[in-house]
Amino acid sequence: MSENADVFLKKLWEENPVFVQLLGMCPVLAVSNSVVNSLAMGLATTFVLICSSVLVSLLRNHIPKQVRIATFIMIIATFVTLVEYIIQAISLDIHKALGAFISLIVVNCIILGRAESFASKNPPGKAFVDAVGVGVGFTLAILSMGSIREVLGSGSFAGVDLFGAGYEPWIIMILPGGGFFVLGALLLAVNKINRSRKVKA
Amino acid sequence: MNTDSLGFIFLSSCLINNFVLAYFLGICPFLGVSGKYETATRMGIAVTFVMLVSSACSFVIHLILVRLGANYLQLVSYIAVIASTVQLVEMIMKKYSPALFRALGIFLPLITTNCAILGVALFQTNREYSFPQSLVFALGAGAGFTLALVLMAGIREELDLTEVPDLVQGTAMTLMVAGILSMAFMGFAGLGGS
Repeated sequence: MSENADVFLKKLWEENPVFVQLLGMCPVLAVSNSVVNSLAMGLATTFVLICSSVLVSLLRNHIPKQVRIATFIMIIATFVTLVEYIIQAISLDIHKALGAFISLIVVNCIILGRAESFASKNPPGKAFVDAVGVGVGFTLAILSMGSIREVLGSGSFAGVDLFGAGYEPWIIMILPGGGFFVLGALLLAVNKINRSRKVKA
Repeated sequence: MNTDSLGFIFLSSCLINNFVLAYFLGICPFLGVSGKYETATRMGIAVTFVMLVSSACSFVIHLILVRLGANYLQLVSYIAVIASTVQLVEMIMKKYSPALFRALGIFLPLITTNCAILGVALFQTNREYSFPQSLVFALGAGAGFTLALVLMAGIREELDLTEVPDLVQGTAMTLMVAGILSMAFMGFAGLGGS
């Protein structure tokens, strides 16, 4: 059990898919302009990641090597279609806000990366833990982006007003340019923390 | 200006709603391949070509799927078309231009997971573009992608020669530059509606 916990924590921080491996940047930048959007995106991606990892891992001995990438993409696309209909059923507003980016989970390199480099070589149990770790890591990353951008850009958190009417929103933060700036600043912070940790150790 | 005219669609997908800097599509190659001016140009051309072909294919597929009433297959079939187009481009390039094939190397298969290409297919379906409109939209998106990539490569080549603090080097720096580029592109919004 402790081994699993280790794997989980490692995926979460030291190998965080967004901040350290720099994968899956597109959705992180595109839908992180509010807390609700980024949470929905994080959960949807985690769901697809877990389902496809477990399925790929179950089928790992039956998929011919030559067509494995195509097979993985088909599996992922199936789950993404499923998620798209689920989100549409739960909340039309979120479906509208995320738009084409739900479908674009298919080409999120994190999911294909985990399928290719981990799930296709390990038993389902391990693949599940790995997927949960990576998924939660991704959700945390996109959620921190979303929080910073919404607080600065619209002065609210998940739609709740924080600063009152006197606050002049920092509009650039919810526009595309702000996404790049916030992600750049977060990467800097992660670099800094990791470096000072290394110096100590 | 008429928002449905071909010229406007081109301008809009290329500059006003630039795929990389306004929609954040194709960020991976944007960060990964923008180190050198030459590879950036080649990558841009390859992506534009795949975009055009897959845009034409997905237009036809959409028509067939609507007739069959099988919309839920849209995503699966689009991605299959894109993957096979990339494979095709790879084979053609290998036969007729081995030099370019070697230069692009690993980036060629990676075009499959370039979200900009799937993005083009999905957006043109959502906006119900006609066939010529779709093609022009794909061309504009490709041109915009190439433009962003080449601009970025130019800036990064200059940055290599300057002294940058140790901590900022690498992706953090690239993202900051991208932010400034994106702000510059916001200026094009003045050209017309969304």
